[in-house]
Amino acid sequence: MNQLIISAATEGEEAANPLVPNVWEMGVVLVGFAVLLYIVVKFIVPMFEKTFAERAEAIEGGIAKAEAAQAEASAALEEYKQQLTDARAEANRIREEARAEGAQILADLKAKAAAEAARITEQAHAAIESERQAAVVSLRSEVGTLATTLAGRIVGEALTDDQRSARVVDRFLADLETQSAGAAK
Amino acid sequence: MIALALPAQDSGSFTPPGIDEMHLPAILPWGAHDGFSKQMLLVILSVVIIATFFILAARKQQLVPGKLQFAGEMAYGFVRNSIAKDIIGGKDFIKYVPLLFSLFFFILVNNIYGAIPVIQLPSFSHVGGAYVLAGIVYFTWIIIGIKKNGLKYFKLATVPSGVPWYILPIVVPIEIISNFLVRPVTHSLRLFATMLAGHLIVMLAGSGIEYLVMQENVLLKGTSVLVLVGAIAMYMLEALIMALQAYVFTLLTAIYIEGALHADSH
Repeated sequence: MNQLIISAATEGEEAANPLVPNVWEMGVVLVGFAVLLYIVVKFIVPMFEKTFAERAEAIEGGIAKAEAAQAEASAALEEYKQQLTDARAEANRIREEARAEGAQILADLKAKAAAEAARITEQAHAAIESERQAAVVSLRSEVGTLATTLAGRIVGEALTDDQRSARVVDRFLADLETQSAGAAK
Repeated sequence: MIALALPAQDSGSFTPPGIDEMHLPAILPWGAHDGFSKQMLLVILSVVIIATFFILAARKQQLVPGKLQFAGEMAYGFVRNSIAKDIIGGKDFIKYVPLLFSLFFFILVNNIYGAIPVIQLPSFSHVGGAYVLAGIVYFTWIIIGIKKNGLKYFKLATVPSGVPWYILPIVVPIEIISNFLVRPVTHSLRLFATMLAGHLIVMLAGSGIEYLVMQENVLLKGTSVLVLVGAIAMYMLEALIMALQAYVFTLLTAIYIEGALHADSH
């Protein structure tokens, strides 16, 4: 150590001023820095800049793509909502129509039923009336015959005896009954 | 300076290391004082280190970077964005990124040498390299100024606008001296002086510790611990200054270039 210091001291006697540069060292720094600068200009900066540019492009492309997807999605959502509203309106309309139709059908059926009932009643009345007419006609003709028959019987047999007249009446009624039974058959 | 040059060796008293310890014997000497020195080796090594690291980091060019590429991009992006873009700005700041990038990492690596044990020698503790770099920057910004503004640049750089005519005789010489004479000197000496001083302090602490440990008095020997603690603190400070000076040198370069580019608006 001491040996070194001494040799440096004797050697550095005139080179002691630290502001005086060593020309060789300046040369080495100049060449070294020039080489470094060349490498940096030629390779390092272009490589980094290319990567940065590519990355920026990739990010911007990604953002554009995402925006497009977003727009598409919102358009689809809008369309879907529109369809939903349409469908809802359609359903309402159909329901409304069905209700109106139902009411219409009900009213029609009611009217038809009422008409049918009226018709049946009418027919029944007519049938009853005609039957009654027939009954009256037949009764009238039969009552006449019966009355004459009965009168003839009464006249034919003496009407003095209560017993006999009662018998006649009974016989008449029995005849009447058999006749009506025969007529019913 | 003579006082700083080594006094006579006296094994009994402490002799602080001086400027001459900066000049290690050459590895491959030629001539009387010249030779291939440790500084030269370190400068060449720094070029290899920087080129290798950044080429390896930048080579893959992946969109999603790996660790090495990320580190390289961080370092490159720092100079590109925090120095070149922020100071020079505009569209063509990118033209000056290579120079600023090379300067920053060249100085940074050469300074950090001083903080690495065994190497322990910042290359710019010798003034030559600092002169060279400051000279490159000096001619760069002057050429940029002339290219941009023509010969009118010297008028723009030395005659500030809006100054009354009767003050100009005072202001113009000051501007000439400060811009064209003092600027390169301060630019280079700032780097050199901080590195020299830092290296001297570390050396001083080292030799002080060595001297104290050699003492036979145990108490005196013990005080070397105090010096060691101080030396570690100084070492940390030096490491900070090493990085800071690389930044300052590059930042000033960017400011000079910006001044030359926009001389008409200053």
